[in-house]
Amino acid sequence: MRLEKCWFCSSTVYPGHGIQFVRNDAKIFRFCRSKCHKNFKMKRNPRKVKWTKAYRRLHGKDMTQDSTFEFERKRNRPERYDRNLAENTLKAIKKIDKVRSNREAKHIEKRMKGKKSKERREAAKELEQSIHMVKPPSILAQDPSLTLPKIKVKVSRQQTEENHAMEE
Amino acid sequence: MVQYNFKKITVVPSGKDFIDIILSRTQRQTPTVVHKGYAISRLRQFYMRKVKYTQQNFHEKLSTIIEEFPRLDDIHPFYGDLLHVLYNKDHYKLALGQVNTARNLISKISKDYVKLLKYGDSLYRCKSLKVAALGRMCTVIKRIGPSLAYLEQIRQHMARLPSIDPNTRTILICGYPNVGKSSFINKITRADVDVQPYAFTTKSLFVGHTDYKYLRYQVIDTPGILDRPFEDRNIIEMCSITALAHLRAAVLFFLDISGSCGYSIAQQAALFHSIKSLFMNKPLIIVCNKTDLQPLEGISEEDMKLIMEMKAEAVKTVIGQGGEPTNDEGVLLTMSTLTEEGVIAVKNAACERLLDQRVELKMKSKKINDCLNRFHVAIPKPRDQKERPPCIPQAVLEAKAKQAAEKEKRKTEKDLEDENGGAGVYSASLRKHYILANEEWKEDVLPEILDGHNIYDFIDPDILQKLEELEREEGARLEDEENEDFEMDGEELTPKEQAALAEIRKKKSLLIQEHRMKKSTAESRSIVPRKFDKDRKFTTERMGRQLSALGLDPSLAINRARSRSLSRRGRKRERSLDRGDNDAGDAMDMDVDQQNKKLRMRSRSRSRSKSRPPSEVAPGEGFKDSAQKVKALKLAKKSVKKRNKDARRGEADRVIPTLKPKHLFSGKRSIGKTQRR
Repeated sequence: MRLEKCWFCSSTVYPGHGIQFVRNDAKIFRFCRSKCHKNFKMKRNPRKVKWTKAYRRLHGKDMTQDSTFEFERKRNRPERYDRNLAENTLKAIKKIDKVRSNREAKHIEKRMKGKKSKERREAAKELEQSIHMVKPPSILAQDPSLTLPKIKVKVSRQQTEENHAMEE
Repeated sequence: MVQYNFKKITVVPSGKDFIDIILSRTQRQTPTVVHKGYAISRLRQFYMRKVKYTQQNFHEKLSTIIEEFPRLDDIHPFYGDLLHVLYNKDHYKLALGQVNTARNLISKISKDYVKLLKYGDSLYRCKSLKVAALGRMCTVIKRIGPSLAYLEQIRQHMARLPSIDPNTRTILICGYPNVGKSSFINKITRADVDVQPYAFTTKSLFVGHTDYKYLRYQVIDTPGILDRPFEDRNIIEMCSITALAHLRAAVLFFLDISGSCGYSIAQQAALFHSIKSLFMNKPLIIVCNKTDLQPLEGISEEDMKLIMEMKAEAVKTVIGQGGEPTNDEGVLLTMSTLTEEGVIAVKNAACERLLDQRVELKMKSKKINDCLNRFHVAIPKPRDQKERPPCIPQAVLEAKAKQAAEKEKRKTEKDLEDENGGAGVYSASLRKHYILANEEWKEDVLPEILDGHNIYDFIDPDILQKLEELEREEGARLEDEENEDFEMDGEELTPKEQAALAEIRKKKSLLIQEHRMKKSTAESRSIVPRKFDKDRKFTTERMGRQLSALGLDPSLAINRARSRSLSRRGRKRERSLDRGDNDAGDAMDMDVDQQNKKLRMRSRSRSRSKSRPPSEVAPGEGFKDSAQKVKALKLAKKSVKKRNKDARRGEADRVIPTLKPKHLFSGKRSIGKTQRR
């Protein structure tokens, strides 16, 4: 029994799941679910489909090269059974897993790193450039801080009285 | 061998029939309809196909003819010579050669015309090319018409040739005409050859089969041979000569002692001597026939002498075979087919002689093993009662005994299975013979999958080392990370600034939304200048609100706007006129009051508390008075009514959702006739 990788999305295919397609040139395509199978039949390239591992690796969203990947290799020659080796391997698998997931998380974090500062800079720039939309220039001249104008002028009553005065 | 396939040659059609067959097949099997409006490549293809199809058919049929007719050099020389005798070899080859050239010519014609057709530019031209091509092919076939007829004749004759196997046991009967050969063959086989008093009753070879000692013999009856020089012989005699020349057979030379065939013994002896060269290496028997008319003893001395000479010749052939020279039993025989006296003896003698000869040959050749079943191992008769068992050396016996013992001692897995309950109950432990470092590990079960990984992919003798390296790397990396964990946190916005930013963004999004709405309806909306503002969107109050939201004092702007507005301008003129008429203070007050009232009312009516009735004419609309406007509205509605009833979206909507709706075009009426729909 072996866990295989889905050809399309690169997730693991557990026994009893998915479909295997064998082409006339004897190449085997394994799919984890019908979503991947149908995408394959539509001749979609997994490197262009955003949610697949192939895309993510190609576009640098996920970690590509690492020493933890070297541990897991398909071995064609069976090794003679050794109990100690087996025990060590089982323990090692867990540790390697942990290390790998840490490294992957770090990779993603690094990717996201510069975003906050960039956002702040952009916000400051926008505020400075577009402050005239909420604050008329006259008031800005008096109060040069980049905040909303504080005083709201009440108009209605005074105005009619003023007109009255003008007409006369 | 090809010999038996002479009957399976397909019929060769005559020239005219050939042409008819092929042309009608072309007409049936290729598409027939073409119009001059088709694309030129389609027209070309159409005609090219016809030409090629015709050529292919001709090629096929001519090839079958060429292949099925036997090649005279490839078949047994007996048949080759026979066919040469019957139908001249040269003529035959010429005919087939002509058919071959015809085939090549047709291929060439087709190639040339297909090349021309590739550049045909109109239907008529392509058609003429095709007609020319087919016409030329047919003329080629017409020209070889006589060859085809000749081949058909040959084929018919060949099919009726007797099926003679040149390699099996054969007995050949030859002699002068009318000596009794056909009667003999009728007696010993089931063949039914014509027997008539005139010479040359038998005109070709006939085959019969007879049995002797559980073996089948072919008996071939030949037409009579006359004593003539070789060149003068006719076709019928040549047949028998050919048979004599090529078939390895026992020869029975028939002699008519009585002379009732019309030829004397002297003549027959002369014939014998002239063809004795053909009897080389063949067992020869001289048969004296018609003894009922004239017994052998009663003939004249000269004839006896001649016969003895012939016998001497025949004896020579016996020597050639390796038989005994003194045994002349089987060489000269007498019989009478009429009384059937001696017929069987002759047959037996002939068969025996032939068999001996063939056995001799086979013994000398390497095929002796094929004949082994005919040999017989003689067991010597026991001369005394002493037992003589087979002698086996002691060592061999001991070895055999040891082997047997070994076989018994070893216990196989099968035995183990049987002991522990049989096939369904016991399952053999395959791990018993594992070679491991520690014997306790034999029954260990290693899981195959852990946490979504295949364990076998991780097994590596150096895994501990690698793991240590990995951990070191990881430690180093973590340290580096901690050192790096500084980030510039400077430019944080204050809450007030954030509020301002939020306000800005809100305004921007509003603008964008409005613009999008305007853009989408821009095509169907006419652009009206702002002075004809039907919806009363652009009022001073609105302006005032917007300005005060910004924090500015709108009163100046409002006053300015109001002083400039059209209605205000109109009012101004009225007011100045009124001024003159009325008293100063009250009138003015009243006027002002009135004006103010009107202003207020006006401004109220300008704010959208009440919508405009449809018949009221707005200044920018272009109507003379409200009556005209009402009429215009009526006309508009009238023009739209019909279209709406047809469920059409507008003037330009000419879509017919279903061209022939079924309910209008089918169905019977419940009463009445359906004469119109």
